[in-house]
Amino acid sequence: MSELTVPTPDANRSPTRPVITSETGDQRGPTGRPFGGRFRRLGEDILRTPSALVGLAIVGIFLVLAAVGPYVAPHSATEMVITDKFARPSLEHPFGTDAFGRDVFSRIIVGARLSFLLAATATLFSIVLGTPLGLIAGYSRGWIDEVLMRLTDALLALPSIVLALVIVTTLGSSLINVILAVGIVYAPRIARVVRSGTLALRDEEFVQAARARGESGRYIIFSEILPNTVAPLIVEASIRMGFAILLATSLSFLGLGASPPAPDWGLMINEARLHLFRAPWLTIFPSIAIALTIVGFNLLGDGIRDILDPRRVWAERKSEGV
Amino acid sequence: MPSFVLRRLGSLLVTLLLLSVIVFGITQLLPGNVAQMILGPYVTEETQAALEQRLGLDEPVWRQYLTWLGGFVSGDWGESLRLSQEIRPILLLRLQNSAYLALSSLLGVAVFGIGLGVIAGMRRNRPADHLISIFAFLGISIPAFVSGSLLIIVFAGGVWEMFPGSGYKPPSEDFTGWLTRLILPTITLMLLLLAYVIRMTRSSIIEVLSANYVRTARLKGAPERVVVLHHALRNALLPTVTVIAMNIGWILGSVVIVEEIFAYPGVGSLILFSVNNRDLPLLQATVMLVGVVTGVANLAADLAYVYLNPRIRYR
Repeated sequence: MSELTVPTPDANRSPTRPVITSETGDQRGPTGRPFGGRFRRLGEDILRTPSALVGLAIVGIFLVLAAVGPYVAPHSATEMVITDKFARPSLEHPFGTDAFGRDVFSRIIVGARLSFLLAATATLFSIVLGTPLGLIAGYSRGWIDEVLMRLTDALLALPSIVLALVIVTTLGSSLINVILAVGIVYAPRIARVVRSGTLALRDEEFVQAARARGESGRYIIFSEILPNTVAPLIVEASIRMGFAILLATSLSFLGLGASPPAPDWGLMINEARLHLFRAPWLTIFPSIAIALTIVGFNLLGDGIRDILDPRRVWAERKSEGV
Repeated sequence: MPSFVLRRLGSLLVTLLLLSVIVFGITQLLPGNVAQMILGPYVTEETQAALEQRLGLDEPVWRQYLTWLGGFVSGDWGESLRLSQEIRPILLLRLQNSAYLALSSLLGVAVFGIGLGVIAGMRRNRPADHLISIFAFLGISIPAFVSGSLLIIVFAGGVWEMFPGSGYKPPSEDFTGWLTRLILPTITLMLLLLAYVIRMTRSSIIEVLSANYVRTARLKGAPERVVVLHHALRNALLPTVTVIAMNIGWILGSVVIVEEIFAYPGVGSLILFSVNNRDLPLLQATVMLVGVVTGVANLAADLAYVYLNPRIRYR
C-alpha cells in the first residue's frame, strides 16, 4: 500500500482501541467499562444519532421482510398470470406487474430474503476467510506478513466487480458462486483491518504476559488477540453488508447470479431493461428497494463506526468499483 | 525522492507480477479445454491434439504461464477465440473509448465536486450543506445499474427524449452524436465519485477557513469571495486533487456496469463479452490491462501528492 503519510481517511486503517484483558479474563474497554457495557452503550448511542437511527429503521424493515416476506406477500412471486401482464401500479398491484403478469410488489418483498441471505453469507465468508489471514500476517510479521500483504495488494489492484466477474466466470454462474466471489473479493479488506488491529495489539502488555507464560502462538492469536479485534470487525462487517448487496445485485444484473424466475432485485432490473419505456415501474420499484437497503446499511455502518471510533472520519470508499 | 520512486515502482511491479499469476491461475481453472472450445464438440482426437500442440497447450503449465506473460509484456496479447482477430488493436480501441468516458466523468467530478464542496463548506450546517450531503450520500449508495437505468427512463425517452440512451459514434465521424451519447454514462459515473470529492473539498475548506492566514485576509478587509477563491480554495484543493487521481483506476471498474447499461463499446463491455463467451485469451489480456492501468494511476497519484505537497515526508 501507500507508504506515504497521506492525511486522507484510510479505509485500511482499523479503529483499534486496545481492550485490556485482566488475568481473570474480565474484559474491559479503554474507559474501564466492562466489554458488555460497551456494546450496550453502542445501542444507546445509535438511538441518539439521527442518521444511524434512520439506517437502523431501514435495516430493521429489511430484516423483517427477509424473515416474513413470503408469508405476507399478497401474491405469488413466481406465478405467471398472462392475462395480467404489464398492469400499471394499482390498488391490486401497488407496484404493477411484469411481462409475465407477476406482481412486482410481492416479488420485491419475497426477494428481500434472497438479498439478505446473499449479503450476509458473503460477508460472513469474507470474515471467515480474511480474519485468520490478517491475524497470521499481523502476528508473525516478517516474510509471512510480506507475502500475504503483497497478495492482498494484487487482489485489490483489480476493481472488485472485475475480480468478482472473473471468479464467477471460472466457477460458473450460480448463487453459491456469487457468495464465494463476493466473499473472496472482500476478504483482503477484512484481512487488512484485522492485521492492523493485530499489529497494534501484539505488543500490548496482556499479549506479552501470555507470551511470558509460555502460551503457544495459536493460543495467543485466537484467545488473546482475536476477541479484541471484534469491534473493528463489527464496523467493517456492517459497512461490508451494504457493499455486498451492491456487488451481488450488480452481478445478478449482469446475468451472473440468480437465474429466472428467482425474485432477485438485480435480476428484476436486468429483465426490466427490455421494457424500460413501456413499463418503467418494473425498473423504478426494484431500484428504490436496492437503493434504500444500501442507504440503510451505509447509514447504520457509518453510525456504528463513528460511535466506536470518533477519530475515523467518513470512510473513503474508493476501490469499491461498483 | 528517487529511491522512494524506485521503491514504489518496484512494489508495483511485484504486485502486477502476483496479479498476473492470479489472473492466469484463475483462468486455468475454467472448465473446458481451449482447443475444444475453438473446434467445437465434433472433432477427431488427432485434430484436437494438433491444435493443442500449435497453441502450446501440451506444455507444462508454468511454461504456458511464462509464454503468456512474456507475450503480454512484449505487447503480443494473442488472438481472441471468438472474434478470430488479434486482441491488441481491439483492446486498444476499446481502451480509448473507455478513456473518453473516464476523462469526461473525471472532469465533471472535478468541476461539480469541488464547486458543491466549496458551497457546502462555506454554508456549513446550513440547509444547503445538508442538502448537498444527502445528495452525496445517495450518489454513493445507489448502484450504477440503478442510477443508469433511471437516467435512461427520465432523459432518453421515458419522460424527455433529450439524449440517445445507448450506443457509440466515433468522434471523427459524428461529433455531436459522440458527445450526446457520452453524456448519460458520464453522469452515471460522476454520481459514484462526486460524494468523495464533495466531502473532501468540504472538510478541507472548513479546515482552511479556520486557519490563521484566512483570518488575516479577512481582517485586512478582503471580500469573502476573494478570501475563499484566492486564499482558501488554493490550499484546500490538494487533497481533492489526490482523491480524484486515486480514483482513476476505480472508475475503470465502474465502467463495466455503465458500459453494459448504455451499450458503450469500451474495456468494460469487452470484459463482459469475454466472460459471456468464455474467451480466455481476451479475458486474460483485458483484466491484466485493467490491473496495469489501475496500478500506474495509483502510483501517479502517490507521486503527484508528494510532488505537490513538499511537507509530506516519505519513508
